Amino acid sequence: MSGSMATTKPSTVYFFGTCIIDLVYPQAGLSAVNLLEREGIRVVFPQGQSCCGQPAYNCGYPDEARAVARHQVELFHQPWPVVVPSGSCAGMMAKHYPSLFKGDPFLPRVENFSSRVIELTQFLVNVLDLKLEDKGEPVKVTWHSSCHSMREMGVGDEPKELLRRLSNVELQELKRERECCGFGGTFSVRHPEISAAMAEDKVADIRATGAKTVLSGDCGCLMNIGTRMEADAKEARGEVIDGKHIAEFLWERTNG
Amino acid sequence: MGNFGPAAREALKDGQLRSNFRRAMDGLMSKRAALFADQDEWTRLRALGESIKARALAQLPELLEKLEANCRKNGIQVHWAETTAQANDIILGLLQKRGAKTLVKGKSMVSEEMHLNAFLEGHGIEALETDLGEYVIQLDHEAPSHIIMPAIHKNKQQIARLFSEKIKEAQYTEDVDALTGMARQVLRRKFREADAGLSGVNFAVAETGTLCLVENEGNGRLCTTVPPLHIAVMGLEKVVERLEDVPPLISLLTRSATGQPITTYVNMITSPRRPGEKDGPEEVHLVILDNGRSRSYSDEQLRRTLQCIRCGACMNHCPVYTRVGGHAYNAPYPGPIGKILMPQIEGMEAKGELAHASSLCNACVEVCPVKIPIAELLVRLRTEGAHARADAPVLQPGAERSTAEALAWKMWSRMATSPTAWKMAGTMAGTFDPLMPEAFGPLADWKKGGRTRPRFAKKSLHRLLRDKGVPDA
Amino acid sequence: MPDARDSILSRLRAAPRGPAPGSDFSVMEDRFFPPEERLARLRKMMEAVSAEFFETTKADWPRFLHGLLVQQGIGSILYGPGSEAGQRLAEEWPEGGARAVAYDRPMDSFKEEMFNGVEAGLTSTLGGIAETGSLILWPSADEPRALSLVPPVHVALLDPDKLHNTFWQAMRALGWSQTQMPANALLVSGPSKTTDIEQTLAYGVHGPKRLIVLITR
Repeated sequence: MSGSMATTKPSTVYFFGTCIIDLVYPQAGLSAVNLLEREGIRVVFPQGQSCCGQPAYNCGYPDEARAVARHQVELFHQPWPVVVPSGSCAGMMAKHYPSLFKGDPFLPRVENFSSRVIELTQFLVNVLDLKLEDKGEPVKVTWHSSCHSMREMGVGDEPKELLRRLSNVELQELKRERECCGFGGTFSVRHPEISAAMAEDKVADIRATGAKTVLSGDCGCLMNIGTRMEADAKEARGEVIDGKHIAEFLWERTNG
Repeated sequence: MGNFGPAAREALKDGQLRSNFRRAMDGLMSKRAALFADQDEWTRLRALGESIKARALAQLPELLEKLEANCRKNGIQVHWAETTAQANDIILGLLQKRGAKTLVKGKSMVSEEMHLNAFLEGHGIEALETDLGEYVIQLDHEAPSHIIMPAIHKNKQQIARLFSEKIKEAQYTEDVDALTGMARQVLRRKFREADAGLSGVNFAVAETGTLCLVENEGNGRLCTTVPPLHIAVMGLEKVVERLEDVPPLISLLTRSATGQPITTYVNMITSPRRPGEKDGPEEVHLVILDNGRSRSYSDEQLRRTLQCIRCGACMNHCPVYTRVGGHAYNAPYPGPIGKILMPQIEGMEAKGELAHASSLCNACVEVCPVKIPIAELLVRLRTEGAHARADAPVLQPGAERSTAEALAWKMWSRMATSPTAWKMAGTMAGTFDPLMPEAFGPLADWKKGGRTRPRFAKKSLHRLLRDKGVPDA
Repeated sequence: MPDARDSILSRLRAAPRGPAPGSDFSVMEDRFFPPEERLARLRKMMEAVSAEFFETTKADWPRFLHGLLVQQGIGSILYGPGSEAGQRLAEEWPEGGARAVAYDRPMDSFKEEMFNGVEAGLTSTLGGIAETGSLILWPSADEPRALSLVPPVHVALLDPDKLHNTFWQAMRALGWSQTQMPANALLVSGPSKTTDIEQTLAYGVHGPKRLIVLITR
């Protein structure tokens, strides 16, 4: 949980959509906004936002990442929480922005921003204590924890808590829930074969659960897992199990 | 240039290797987890371990001098080496002075770093590995694939075959006790006859001038007890301030490494044989090796690499290491610690690429018993690899830089700081996605991972939320 | 050419350094086993790695040990004649059965017999450690290092009143940092073992194959 984050329900929040959601999984972002608005929260989405800067930062280009980070910090300047539907981007903005601006006069503003960053499921459970009325058919799902949500943002039981609040949803946990799916941002293209070997094992783990849908709080992982499954299906190595961001799933199940 | 990529791709094709590693790593992870079941104890012990190493590093030059003074007082002779070549020469000199022809070795990763065995063999001295795993791979002319379990890549069938081919009069057997017995028989004679013994050092205590070694087999004790000459070799980061610093570090080390509450032997050496004593070496020497460590020390962030106690937990928990095994790294230290240590020791040109062999999943960071921020250091080394600067605390900074990549990030940065350009890119990607070739640029690499190409959405989130009327400010 | 030592130390001294952090040892201090449970804990830990335990008394142990060796078919035992335990053994060792061999010469003149001629070695201990199941040995001129290392069976005497909670607490209670450490101090927590072949546990790879602990009440 982000350090100084208030645990009382705010009237307004910022929403940072993330670049992968923006370009590939916009329904996940839209669903998250819908969920927040349904709770009576005013959601502000600065149209000037882009990417958290993590790709350049992780590749060893901190100057380029810093410029992008600064752009977001300046844009999200009101004292509202910044809700992020990705543990990885949230981790970048909450944990790595301050070190990126070490010794920079802009640092106090960055620290203020970073302290307001909160991952979506943490916000839904710990701040909103979201009540959910399940309107869907009984279904078995499995959950993929992203590495950065667990190990940088400290997301623990929150997503599963949300799933437990859906009366018709059965969660079948993965055997190796804490193991990386192999995405790793640019790692997936720098070492595609290793990344694929990791994805392959993750897909097998998901299949073994017998779940109909695999849920995650990070679309990078979903993109890696999903495109691997699609390729498998094309070569008749197994069926595609639907991958979905938890926000989209929650919205679908409760917006009957 | 390095060759991690091709070596890793080869390793991935070897199903036997992958299953050997997977099985071994699963076992090591669950054994470790069982011994750190008490989260509160783990948190406190780990904080203590980190503070002990940080305290030692904060006083490193003073503690090294104190260690040297106390060792000398105890009769242990101390030698300093800036490079592996110097360390090898020192050891050769000590062996030649006594006319030594055979050297029995306990496990020492620093001696791997020095390529000591090959060096000594070039000078007509037999250097025999006696740790069972090291013995196995030496028989097969291989390098270790793990710092704690050097032969972990081999299964017992492979070892059975190797023994039956290489050990005189050995019959093929897959019985582990019988295989262990064969090694015992060969090596006991070697211990008895060897002219000298070599060991590493787990912790060197400045306060008392004591060298601490942990091991299970007893070969370390034999190497440091039976031959008349014992040479210990250590990296300069092994020094700790006080004797009472050792028990918590040993507890962290053995539990993290192999999930043991303690190793069979904790061997604390303070002097050579004293007057009246009937055994123990007549001479004990300590060789302190720098080999780039003082360069890392000059930078407060990179310095944290020197906290490492060589437990190997980072590799046991590394999803990349588990898939490709240790040899793909072509380095004495594989896995996450190798990815941060090797570029610092050997330079960015030879080993900078290792810093990229990580998904930054942080599994290693979570289990490191002395809290080395491995992921942060990987990113730092990637940065050093991509930027040449005069005062960098690494060799060949910028060696990994590609003009195309640098330009791509520059363009990306411009786009991601220009709302108009970013939104336009989103619109273009969505509109033209169906017309895009299936594989170009990074997408071609993406597909090499046996994945289909991701599809850009027709309407970006920016567009959807603007259409929905979500406020912008 | 500048001396390696001076170059290394001067590079280290030139680096920016902050104050040395303190260490909170409370996690080591807090570890506690009630005295009456320590022996059971030590046994459990050591038996888990195949150490063998026998109960005897301070008065009887030489005779008991002799009987045990005969019963187990162990033909000889090496001992340090200058040590207290060694003197007891020499004086009270019954005739016949297992042979008691005195370690009374330097190893160098004695290697062949030690490696191939004796089947067991006897040592005393400074005590034991409950947490990890370990014996503390301080070899000396009277009780040399090889006794617990070279013969295939190591027999160790353990006084059940000398059990510590942890290694750290033992070290402090015995004042190690204030005394002259022996040439070689040891913790021994079982017989020699390895898992280097396919993570399969095997005993007696280089050191003793068996560790027999005699609890002397």
